[in-house]
Amino acid sequence: MKRRTLLATGAAAAAAAAFGLPARAQDKTKVGFIYVGPINDGGWTQHHHHSAMEMVEHFGDAVEFVYQESVPEGPDAERAITQMALGGADIIFTTSFGYMDPTINVASKFPNVKFEHATGYKTADNVSVYSARFYEGRAVQGTLAGHMTKTNTIGYIASVPIPEVVRGINSAYLHAKKVNPDVEFKIIWIFEWLNPAKEADAAKALIEQGCDVILQHTDSTAPHAAAKEAGNVYTFGQAADMAEYAPMPRISSIIDEWAPYYIDRVQAVMDGTWTTTNTWDGIGAGMVGIGEISDVVPAEVKAEAEALRDAIAAGEYHPFTGPINKQDGTPWLAEGEVADDGTLAGMNFYIEGVSGDIPS
Amino acid sequence: MIRLEKRPQPSQLWTYLTPVLAVVVTMVLGGVLFAFMGKAPLEAIRTIFWDPIFGEFAFYYRPELLKKAAPLILIAIGLSFGFRAGIWNIGAEGQYIIGAICGAGVALAFYPTEARWLIFPLMIVAGILGGLIWALIPALLKVYFRTNEILVSLMLVYVAEVLIKAFSVGLMRNPEGMGFPGSRNLRQYPAAANLELIANTGIHWGVITAVFAVIVAQVFFARHQFGFNVRLAGQSPRAATFAGVDPSRLVIICMCISGGLAGLAGLYEVAGPSGQILGSFPAYYGFTAIIVAFLGRLNPIGILLAGLLLALTYIGGDAASSSMNLPAAAIQVFQGMLLFSLLSLDVLTNYRIRLKKAQVA
Repeated sequence: MKRRTLLATGAAAAAAAAFGLPARAQDKTKVGFIYVGPINDGGWTQHHHHSAMEMVEHFGDAVEFVYQESVPEGPDAERAITQMALGGADIIFTTSFGYMDPTINVASKFPNVKFEHATGYKTADNVSVYSARFYEGRAVQGTLAGHMTKTNTIGYIASVPIPEVVRGINSAYLHAKKVNPDVEFKIIWIFEWLNPAKEADAAKALIEQGCDVILQHTDSTAPHAAAKEAGNVYTFGQAADMAEYAPMPRISSIIDEWAPYYIDRVQAVMDGTWTTTNTWDGIGAGMVGIGEISDVVPAEVKAEAEALRDAIAAGEYHPFTGPINKQDGTPWLAEGEVADDGTLAGMNFYIEGVSGDIPS
Repeated sequence: MIRLEKRPQPSQLWTYLTPVLAVVVTMVLGGVLFAFMGKAPLEAIRTIFWDPIFGEFAFYYRPELLKKAAPLILIAIGLSFGFRAGIWNIGAEGQYIIGAICGAGVALAFYPTEARWLIFPLMIVAGILGGLIWALIPALLKVYFRTNEILVSLMLVYVAEVLIKAFSVGLMRNPEGMGFPGSRNLRQYPAAANLELIANTGIHWGVITAVFAVIVAQVFFARHQFGFNVRLAGQSPRAATFAGVDPSRLVIICMCISGGLAGLAGLYEVAGPSGQILGSFPAYYGFTAIIVAFLGRLNPIGILLAGLLLALTYIGGDAASSSMNLPAAAIQVFQGMLLFSLLSLDVLTNYRIRLKKAQVA
């Protein structure tokens, strides 16, 4: 029997011994998820939950599944994670960047529990990190956006200024520019991942400024609703397919496919083969999915976007291939040079042609 | 026919009884709510109110309870001064945030100097001053321009929220944070950290300060002229003026007390449980403290108990939401019910229920 002991010293251990940790059904693997939003947010959290449910279906009775939704990324997160570990979870997935330090702190107290933190960079003996190469999907989006815009003005609803979001903007811009040299990006930062009201306001502001394609790095469908109301504005699903807005205004999407990873990791815990890993997978590994490109998009554009998708998946093309200059004109990548993962992971600069500053 | 008859004096008995009754009513209504959602009501109530204190993992939850209650009590004590005098500082949340920013700012400015004897006291002063100055804005506007302190203090909360987000990605961003938002973690900076003073008890400087504030406030209200002036101004502003109480001075002093304590709570939180200046730092303690203050009848001992109770609903609520998969919104509804039943039961304090036949006028 695996025993979970918290804080091997002092009052904690004494109390635990006094109460006696009850014998749990040890044949089941207990899997916990901590979500930043409600499970029906339509985007990020909903897709994590959806993928988690796929994992549960895959294992059936072999796993016991617990989750907690809407856990704020502040001081409460640490308690929520501890609670789950105390409750006997064998592996806990913390699915938002802001859980990074809380996850590390809790993990140090529960050496026998495995932790998986999404989108962070701190690992430990029992903490792995995982994220998806969403910028690969952004390349496909940028290609579509560059072709579809008539006003040559593309709006971008950016969330929190972290490298992942900056990477997405750069990748989308680079590929829109490639197919349409006159293209211009207007970026609005809302400093939140999910806020339907702010997202709708941002979308409306962008549409008023002449944007007829809107990309979003936020999780709700509010921008789609705003675009639908305005008419003749194209949008892309984020995290989830958001197919309810297809074929117009949603013309494609980036879908987070976490299920294979979750199945893989839980299996590793069952087999006792779990080790600390740093996973960063893209379209090729199936972690990033490109949603059905709707028929509003001309066939040749659709074919071009799909070809790009396949080239990235096959590893024949890297979205950040030189020559690329930084915003201030200094060279970043030489002709044919491919960006290394370290630079991408900490990307905090715009590439040449993107206007404005990253909030700081 | 049931009639409400105004009491000549608010009932002493009911003043103390209604908060207890409100908790009981909330448990019953909450149980009904959980039952409608298909969850076992008794188990949910037990998970929220019993398990954190006496359950299997109480050794972990009890310290957490103190950590959660400390800022609530500290802020609510400050608010009780103003509320007693009829000065409505609704923006304690903003003062809490600014206190955290100022306190953390001092720590980050000194990083990585190892001089705790200097840095930690300076942080405390900065935290108090930050909250105090933020509260002084609505106070001065009220005194000199007759603006409404409710609106101004509330609006300043939103300003503070934007400021902390800006600081977390700008001035205070951790230079070693790979471009991610958030300051250095003060818990990992020994000179500035507000850690547990005794391991696994949850007692940090904020808890000690909160208890101290309760005692001082109790002495002030019961024994000191200032406490009397505050009460007098709240009950009868005219009488207070005759007694020589300067209303403008009272506004400024009360706002400074509540702002200073809220700022102090923010400093202890950012240097302790939270650790970082981050956009998600605000946890609505400043607003919850308003419920705590009223649930505690603006009485320091009452606030102490109310703060612990509210902390219990948070911690128990979280536990219920993770172990029973109760939606987070149901827990918030449950907490809202508590204030709602208190306010509605308050009728009993000021009115008497009479069963009488309708009379012809």
